[in-house]
Amino acid sequence: MKKRWLVLNSMIVFACLLAIWSRVVAFAHVPAYILPGPHAVADALRDRYPSLLSSLWITTGEAAGGLVAGIIVGVAIAMIFAQWRGLRQLGFPYTILLQTVPIVAIAPLIINWVGAGILAVTIVTFIICLAPIIANTTQGLISVDENLIHLFLMYKATPAQILFKLRLPYALPNLFTGIRISAGISVIGGLTGELFAGSTRVGEGGLGYAIVYANNQMETAYLFALVFAATVLGFSFFFIVMFLEWLALHNWHESSRPHSAE
Amino acid sequence: MVTESKGSIPEIALEAVSKRFRNAAVALEGISLTIDRGEFVTFLGPSGCGKSTLLKLVSGLSTVSEGTVRVNGMTPENARDLISFIFQDATLLPWRTVEHNVGLGMELEHAARAARKERVAQMLELVGLSHVARHYPRQLSGGMKMRASIARALVSRPRILLMDEPFAALDEMTRDRLNEELLRLYAEQKWTVLFVTHSVAEAVFLSTRVVILAAHPGRVAHEIKVGLPWPRTAETRESKAYEEHVTQASRLLRGVYQP
Repeated sequence: MKKRWLVLNSMIVFACLLAIWSRVVAFAHVPAYILPGPHAVADALRDRYPSLLSSLWITTGEAAGGLVAGIIVGVAIAMIFAQWRGLRQLGFPYTILLQTVPIVAIAPLIINWVGAGILAVTIVTFIICLAPIIANTTQGLISVDENLIHLFLMYKATPAQILFKLRLPYALPNLFTGIRISAGISVIGGLTGELFAGSTRVGEGGLGYAIVYANNQMETAYLFALVFAATVLGFSFFFIVMFLEWLALHNWHESSRPHSAE
Repeated sequence: MVTESKGSIPEIALEAVSKRFRNAAVALEGISLTIDRGEFVTFLGPSGCGKSTLLKLVSGLSTVSEGTVRVNGMTPENARDLISFIFQDATLLPWRTVEHNVGLGMELEHAARAARKERVAQMLELVGLSHVARHYPRQLSGGMKMRASIARALVSRPRILLMDEPFAALDEMTRDRLNEELLRLYAEQKWTVLFVTHSVAEAVFLSTRVVILAAHPGRVAHEIKVGLPWPRTAETRESKAYEEHVTQASRLLRGVYQP
């Protein structure tokens, strides 16, 4: 009951915002290349959806590819850090470095190495996705309750069994925290990468490239449509990760316990 | 060693055992104890007397600084098959259902699935948890979690149970009932039990022998043989002999607490 009201309310707010936007543009005679009205944006969405979809698809691939690679490599590094304390102390400071290095500064370097295009953008995305995964997963892997370790030792568990049957499941909520952060920034990483390296052919590329291109062409309505698409993409990533998290944790983890008040 | 008959080897023998931690704190000093098969020995004492450390030494989870520990004539590490350790909190894995928690040990040993299922079902039946086999730990009360932990410990058919304040977090009624059930199982299975607690009443009710430890450094201060008749039930707690034992143990314990 409560949920339905929430949906209705947010739809009403959205409709009001659209109306205000439309009225302001009409009454103030704002030129379309400065601020197009919602109708103009809707028209751009309708007329140019093939090229918009192909841009969206490219960016989705780059962001998802970088994110998945970041998860795989990040978890692997976290596992190494968890197993060998010495390596952790040696390597962990560099993950902070990974987080603080300005991606805008190293993007040209990556283009230098692998050339412009989808691979370069995916690498940029991968790099910015990596640090949150490593940091969160390592934290989970090493904070296992000592008595649980003792329990496994009493069963003569092998180090591999302790890692895969105890530490990894224990760290799953932390891993998802990392993935949630990385999923959000993977889309930003993809867009940022595309500003530099988004295209190998004029007029074709992901959302970031298309945004720059539309801006240069003064196609402001299409630019708005692209921003809309990018927002939808970020939202979708967020919800997919939320859903996977729910799928993995809802049976047992406190974070997914339904609130008793509802 | 070969000439000795099996019966003459004490189940657990500690000889002049000392344990110092890396920060130079002395947890235990000069502990000598012999525990025969089938005894139920409870350790009482103030914080810092090394009760928990003692159990860790017997299980081989921690090693002695001096002296020797023998379990059925073997080093603790080699005797692990004989021992089950029950921790203060139930230490269930929250992502596993009750039955998969109870079957953890057999799973880690790669036991056959059918054998595992059967054994787990038996143990759940034994502790009265069959109806929540598919539940997750967070759906259980504190008492039920502890029962699941006990069921898990019994799966491996241990000869020796090490219990580190297993019922400390439970309310008194639940604790009393679990004590009675533990003794029922103890009578059936003939374990040797080493039990750490802060409760004098619990210690007297459960044990054949109460060992009172003093702190700084941890050492044996007193030993009390508990001669209460078996089987012990809820009525035992109302008997005069029980009261006398509790009074005596409390008095000795008070002496240990005073500086």
